[in-house]
Amino acid sequence: MADEVVQGLKTRFGAAIIEVYDKSPSRTYITVDPKGLPDVAEYLYKELGCRFSIATGMHMVGGMEILYHFALDKAHRFLNLRVILDPDKPSIESIAARIPATEWIEREMQELLGIEFRNHPDMRHLLLSDDWPTDNHPLRKDWKDWRGGDNGQK
Amino acid sequence: MAKSRTIIPIGPYHPLQEEPEFFKLHVEGEKVVELEIEIGYNHRGIEKLAEGLSYDQIPFLVERICGICSSSHPFAGVMATEDVAGVEIPERAKYIRTFIGELERIHSHLLWLGLAGHFLGYNTVWMWAWKYREPVLDLFELLTGNRNHYGMMKPGGVRRDFADEDIAAVVRVLDSLVKPTVMFKNVALSDPVLQARTKNVGKLSKQDCIDLGALGPTARASGVDIDVRRDHPYAAYGKVKFNVIATANGDIFDKLVVRVLEILESIEICKQCCRKLLEVKDGIDANLTDIPPGEGIGVHEAPRGEVIHYTRSDGSNRPVRYKIRAPSYMNVPTNKRAVVGYTVSDAAITLAAIDPCYCCTERTVVVEASSGKPVMTGKDLLRLSREKTEKLMGKYTSRMDKLWI
Repeated sequence: MADEVVQGLKTRFGAAIIEVYDKSPSRTYITVDPKGLPDVAEYLYKELGCRFSIATGMHMVGGMEILYHFALDKAHRFLNLRVILDPDKPSIESIAARIPATEWIEREMQELLGIEFRNHPDMRHLLLSDDWPTDNHPLRKDWKDWRGGDNGQK
Repeated sequence: MAKSRTIIPIGPYHPLQEEPEFFKLHVEGEKVVELEIEIGYNHRGIEKLAEGLSYDQIPFLVERICGICSSSHPFAGVMATEDVAGVEIPERAKYIRTFIGELERIHSHLLWLGLAGHFLGYNTVWMWAWKYREPVLDLFELLTGNRNHYGMMKPGGVRRDFADEDIAAVVRVLDSLVKPTVMFKNVALSDPVLQARTKNVGKLSKQDCIDLGALGPTARASGVDIDVRRDHPYAAYGKVKFNVIATANGDIFDKLVVRVLEILESIEICKQCCRKLLEVKDGIDANLTDIPPGEGIGVHEAPRGEVIHYTRSDGSNRPVRYKIRAPSYMNVPTNKRAVVGYTVSDAAITLAAIDPCYCCTERTVVVEASSGKPVMTGKDLLRLSREKTEKLMGKYTSRMDKLWI
């Protein structure tokens, strides 16, 4: 069934689906064009009944990655949408209006990784304190503690 | 006089649980009209810490995320690591993992049941539930060496084997839990006061659950039939028989019923694992050494819902990125919809119904919005909740006599 889903995504969204990789029978990673992501995510969530599990932001060598983990419970499979953004100015359209469950995780990725989520309804800090500098993002690989700490490395 | 809105701050610290949460109840009179949630008071940066640890050390770190369902995070974490490497672990290790996961569900649900009773003013329920929880912790000590933080999970298997001689005692303890659990079920189904306090209170609709991504008993009580044990079979869950408990109403009563019935299911799963452990003897460790570059996802149905861990490896002995999502991350926002429209005295149990330990009542202060003067303490909130129960008890006295004597 999941293969049909992937095939359906390809015919429906065409060029927005860049790459499909089946890591195992139950884990599929789909690289998506950042511009097409909100529509693909909404399609998975509303039309196919996928459950939004969580999103993972990553500061990698090749760029800033976001993985949106969707669980397709009836097919026993996780469909993960991957977008790769520019590491210097990562920015993507928010999907919080379409999938309310993403509201918190987008706030979290915004403060911990510095990814801008355009048109997010409430972009306050979620985990970090309110006085944390807006240009200091702890989960980035080049993070320096703004309070002058040693990043825990003595 | 115009309706004045008062803010009741609850929090910001949970002394018992790992998630200090700050709830701001906006009330008009006694009615809750809005809820604001603030988290992050105790952000420990575990994801960042995990990037500096080896795959063998990470289970110990993530085990410390939660003190109640302490094996849930390592369970999902080691599966994420195994997913990267693509290894199969021995059958026996799978059954041991399943057993630990289910025994933990029993103790966690009993703990919640006790706390729920405590908040409603049923201290008997509290003490009895915790009395029956005690032998479960003793079992953990017998089998793993610890009452909490069992340290059982490792990438590729489990750390300790079970001795065949212990199995009989384990089954005996499990059997002894059935009677009290059934008793709790009957009390819940028949007690008019408990019904009055929990039925149609804190209702969460099915659509709300889907919108906010609610998980575990919170979602299942609202009719969202999800359970990763069945939907994404892992460990030995594909080989044992169990039912996924789902009800339709979405109120606190249903959440209570779901949890109590899940205890009975978990006892059955544990016993099936015990029988299998006497037969299956293929070792407990796959001796996983190298983690290749790649990525992996591990999921486990913790007592509160799905735990998901994601690992990205570059081929070294440490992950490049380690993502953790606990079920409460999705369940806590559901409170925004569950408490609105009910009274302050219902808020204590509603906020507790998703199963974060709700001990911050002790720290609650009601502040008059205009003067900023405290008018109510945490004890008062607990008192309010209990008074409502007592009032109802008076109303039902005649029926109560029939039930209890």
